[in-house]
Amino acid sequence: MLLIPCPYCGERDEVEFRYGGAAHVSYPEDASAADDREWSRYVFYRPNPSGRFCERWVHQHGCRRWFNLVRDTTTHEIAGSYAIGQETSA
Amino acid sequence: MAESHPDLLWSSPEPRGSYDVVIVGGGGHGLFTAYYLAANHGITNVAVLERGWLGGGNAVRNTTVIRSNYLWDESAAIYEHSLKLWEGLAAELDYDILFDQRGVLNLAHNLGDAREGVRRVNANRLNGVDAEWLDADGVRAFCPVVNTDPGIRYPVLGATLQRRGGIARHDALVFAVARAAAGLGVHLIQGCEVTGIEVTDGAVRAVQTNRGRIAAGRVGLCAAGHSSVVAGLAGVELPIQSHPLQALVSELLEPVLGCVVMSNAVHVYVSQAHKGELVMGAGIDTYNSYAQRGSFHVIEHQMAAALELFPIFARAHVLRTWAGIVDVCPDASPIVGGTPVDDLFVNCGWGTGGFKATPGSGWVFAWTLAHGEPHELNRSFSLERFETGALIDEHGAAAVAH
Amino acid sequence: MRRLADGGRLDRSTTLAVTWDGREIEAHPGDTLASALLAAGITEVARSTVHGRPRGIVSAGAEEPCAYVQVDAPRSEPLVAATLVEAVDGLVAAPLAGFGRLAGDDLERHDRRHHHCDVLVVGGGTAGAAEARRAAAAGLRVVWAERDTGPLPDLGDDALCLSRTTAVGSYDDNLVMLVERVSSTRRRMWQVRAGEVVLATGAHERPLVFAGNDLPGVMLAGAARTYLERFALVPERAVVFTTNDAGTETAEALRAAGAAVTLVDARAGHAVVAAEGEGRLRSVLVAPIATPADAERVECELLAVSGGFEPVLDLHRHRRGGVRWDAPRACFVPHGTVRNQRIVGTAMGDGLPTVAALWLVPGGEERHAYVDLQRDVTVTDLRRAVGAGLESIEHVKRYTLVGTGVDQGRTAKTNAAAIAAGLLGREIAEIGTSTTRPPVEPVSFAVLAGRARGPRFEPVRTTPIHAWHVNHGAVFEDVGQWKRPWYYPQPGEDMDAAVLRECAAARTGVAMMDASTLGKIDIQGPDSAEFLNRLYTNSYDTLRVGRCRYGLLCRADGMVFDDGVVTRVAEDRFFATTTTGGAAAVLDWMEEWLQTEWPELRVHLTSVTEQWQTVAVVGPRSRDLLSSAFGAIDFSNEAFPFMTFRDTTFHKRFPARVSRVSFSGELAYEVSVPSDAGRLLWLGLWKAGEPLGVTAYGTETMHVLRAEKGFVIVGQDTDGTVTPIDLGMDWIVSKTKPFVGRRSLTRPDTARPDRKQLVGLLPDDPSVRLDEGAQLVLDPEQAPPVTMIGHVTSSYRSAALGRTFALALVRSGRERLGEPVYSPGADGITAARVVEPVFYDAEGLRRDG
Repeated sequence: MLLIPCPYCGERDEVEFRYGGAAHVSYPEDASAADDREWSRYVFYRPNPSGRFCERWVHQHGCRRWFNLVRDTTTHEIAGSYAIGQETSA
Repeated sequence: MAESHPDLLWSSPEPRGSYDVVIVGGGGHGLFTAYYLAANHGITNVAVLERGWLGGGNAVRNTTVIRSNYLWDESAAIYEHSLKLWEGLAAELDYDILFDQRGVLNLAHNLGDAREGVRRVNANRLNGVDAEWLDADGVRAFCPVVNTDPGIRYPVLGATLQRRGGIARHDALVFAVARAAAGLGVHLIQGCEVTGIEVTDGAVRAVQTNRGRIAAGRVGLCAAGHSSVVAGLAGVELPIQSHPLQALVSELLEPVLGCVVMSNAVHVYVSQAHKGELVMGAGIDTYNSYAQRGSFHVIEHQMAAALELFPIFARAHVLRTWAGIVDVCPDASPIVGGTPVDDLFVNCGWGTGGFKATPGSGWVFAWTLAHGEPHELNRSFSLERFETGALIDEHGAAAVAH
Repeated sequence: MRRLADGGRLDRSTTLAVTWDGREIEAHPGDTLASALLAAGITEVARSTVHGRPRGIVSAGAEEPCAYVQVDAPRSEPLVAATLVEAVDGLVAAPLAGFGRLAGDDLERHDRRHHHCDVLVVGGGTAGAAEARRAAAAGLRVVWAERDTGPLPDLGDDALCLSRTTAVGSYDDNLVMLVERVSSTRRRMWQVRAGEVVLATGAHERPLVFAGNDLPGVMLAGAARTYLERFALVPERAVVFTTNDAGTETAEALRAAGAAVTLVDARAGHAVVAAEGEGRLRSVLVAPIATPADAERVECELLAVSGGFEPVLDLHRHRRGGVRWDAPRACFVPHGTVRNQRIVGTAMGDGLPTVAALWLVPGGEERHAYVDLQRDVTVTDLRRAVGAGLESIEHVKRYTLVGTGVDQGRTAKTNAAAIAAGLLGREIAEIGTSTTRPPVEPVSFAVLAGRARGPRFEPVRTTPIHAWHVNHGAVFEDVGQWKRPWYYPQPGEDMDAAVLRECAAARTGVAMMDASTLGKIDIQGPDSAEFLNRLYTNSYDTLRVGRCRYGLLCRADGMVFDDGVVTRVAEDRFFATTTTGGAAAVLDWMEEWLQTEWPELRVHLTSVTEQWQTVAVVGPRSRDLLSSAFGAIDFSNEAFPFMTFRDTTFHKRFPARVSRVSFSGELAYEVSVPSDAGRLLWLGLWKAGEPLGVTAYGTETMHVLRAEKGFVIVGQDTDGTVTPIDLGMDWIVSKTKPFVGRRSLTRPDTARPDRKQLVGLLPDDPSVRLDEGAQLVLDPEQAPPVTMIGHVTSSYRSAALGRTFALALVRSGRERLGEPVYSPGADGITAARVVEPVFYDAEGLRRDG
């Protein structure tokens, strides 16, 4: 069970959180202008790296706030967390 | 000395500089692909490149459930094809893989489960896949150790039963198919990590490995949990996420459970292996990972769930837990077919349910690599479906964890 | 072995009644089952799993490969190591042949405790004690765990010192699981999150591989010494076969205790080439290693062996900590560290003796030379695996099953790797060792489940009105975690009769349902309308204050996700309902969009599902009922039109909201009050309804009534593959504004005109009800695989129609109106006709009463 540093509450057990997959994936500015390929990229394709990964979590059973986390998918080591809307800090 | 040994499984050749087909990934799917390339299509100048040891990934980490009772026509066709291959595999490979058609129950715990179970049974029958709907009494008769007390938290309202479903011994399957492939001249190259994929003019030419460059007419990727990483070497993106999937075994026990029982609502699937241990699987860990380990609370929940359904397991011990890395597709169906790169093909996305498909997956992928285009059975399992929207969504409707 | 008249750590003033295989044996507090058996002269305690050979007690600890027994009392447990079972009064145990027996449920509820500390020290030996003391002295919060019976010294208030406690698993970020044996029947699992973990887990001894090495009477040298010093057990005649100084010391200790001891030292070029005896050890053959045929027979009852030592590194390995081969000590020692973890003492290899490694003693029969006593793997098996071309130790493991037994192969793995390496002509350092996985020692399912059993497995949710439903005979169905009344059978009624009666009441009189489980979300903030516009398929900026609107949500893939009614309470405030099962998912999903995609929108979302209780009042007499209950409100159509609401008070002090919404097509209202007043509301409405003959109805009747009107249930008529267009709900899908999922609707496959579409079905025989889940075909005679064009999603008997009807998803369904379809089932073929999915009051004349 991961120990996740919520930027608002501090370190808490993973069971308090819900996972949200890759961070920094934005809804297309104008979805109607996206072609089928571009749209499928948004809906179905997410980065899936082996190693450093920027991902989103929400502190579901805490402050209920979403945030970003940098975690290594091969070691589960967490480098840090940062607010939604910020660029990668770690 | 090894060459003449009566038990010889395979030898370990030095890689050649070039092959007609290079398979990346020496798990069950890769080995069966190579075997059928040689056995069905006469293509024997084939190498299987395995980073670690053959079958060292999900092939030997899974809970060995085999069934074909999927909802949608496309899924039923490919999994049923696979099940039929399973039924002839021991004879074809001349190896006792302990395939045992002891029946698979998928339990229904609420009216929605029951509705979906009936739907799937009806669809299975019309697709020529054996399927039965059992009410709670029928479940009790078929599997007396399931707790069918109507007062439990998630009472058993009924179950689908596929009698032809069952289990097999995963290690034996790997040994059997590797021996058969090697016997037909396929090169099984272990400790060979693919570090690059050469693409020129939109077509694949070769792979770079820690043991040198290996040219290839066609390349098939069978890298399961590492599919995104390997495909990325060729600049190909996949709609895949990699997650840990945990499983566990008990100590050896006297016979107590005679069939496979799966419950999506209660998050349990369990069977008792031939040797005597209970083999159980859990739901996937939610986060992306390549670490082959998951979080403890998943196991805790799984144990609590198991005891809801099987109070008699209370005193059994967990002997060993482990995790595989599963490649999960958005629609819980695999991707078997071409990529934007010519002569580069991919076989991935089997998620939590790849073991049952092992021979079928290899069979269609071998056909695809031999012909340069998909077989009818895997035509729908294309990458393009994510653009057209023609998904094969086995999440909700099949209502099973794997 | 016999027990000395004194000595050992035993309380000889007390004698415990222990039953072994139906026979009473003597034990004292301080004994283990294993020591009691040895004291009773019982050497064979198990049969081996595969070969069925007699097996004895090999160790005095957790590394035990052979002595696995069935404990029947005081706590029934299959396949436990006799070396770890504390002797207690009333202990009943029996031998096993490798397979445990399950003796029913464990009614004990095992505790779970969570704990946080600065330092967790695992191991109560010298190194562990030093670490624990140092940390405690430094003012750190310490947990100190020791498997043995202890007790551990007190280290002050900030230290938790647990004996009889095994650390069974180490997980990410230093979460370590400890299992404490609280009593002979109860366990407590501690989940400790530690700033630093210090492993002082020591080492255990390894046996030697020679013919007959599995005979009862062959024991690890250190174990023989433990049985002597702790349990006062001494053999008459012993042979000690060693590769290192520890064995030599054991020989001296046994000799000092009065045993006749022959020392066979591999370092001096001698070995035991075979152990002999029928059912138990009687003698050994001793020979020079160089000339094993020159053997000499030595009679003995005990053969104590030492092949070297193995640092116990399971917890290090669980975290993918590395190991390296240490040739002088002939063992794997830690290589590199795990973050925030240290290894100290013997577990590091410190103090372990130099070993004259002797992996395979020559001269004996290999098929009787056991590498893995637990799994019955012999040298012959390893030779066969290597001969088969296997080079990886993982393949050898899977081919022979070496190291996969209940003992996790503790005493087998290194010998197996070394012998395999020898057969392959390679070094053990290259071959390595196979992975170690949690748990360190077997943990029972019941201990892992803890208190999450029965009603505590997952909570049941009920509304404040639940007791009334129970008292009125409701049959319940599970919807998500909720228990909802399904129908209320009266005496003599079956489900069909009850539902027909409830439906008739709703269509002709007045009926009430507890609708409290519907999800409720309070949406506040100046940008609320814009927020809802972006999510729902229809528009909310155009919804006037005081009015309600039905809404549909799609995921980004364009598939229907949930539905409900959205009410505009104020310019900047909305109230949305969701399905019962979808409530949490919808709120989570809304929050995700709001926080991650549109943080600039000034909106706040709050779940109020449990704050408000809602009662639906349905039927032509519902206006009469509510007029009687809420005299202050004018319920006329003109004053209180469809899809509007009125706020009022209930019982003079509770705020109440009456909404005119209908999921049945009838004149209908929903009344909501704070949860405190939920039961009062139900009772009050019921009382007001009694003169009108009010009827309680459940979810089945709700489903029938809505299906008669062609209203869908998300999750029943949809399955995650259905768009609003498929449902014929184009009218609710905005053509002008963007919403989540809209772009997906124009993908090539999603825009196809021949998708599966919602239609109605009328069975040709009006008394036949199609199965929900029945598949539909055009040609019922076709051989498999049959072309299926759709399936039945909802199917009922209708009181209003006097017949059966169904909803279905059918390929090109809207083009098939009037055409026949067939459902081939186990009981034959049912024919039906495709119709519009509205069966009742298509003109909508009834909703105003």
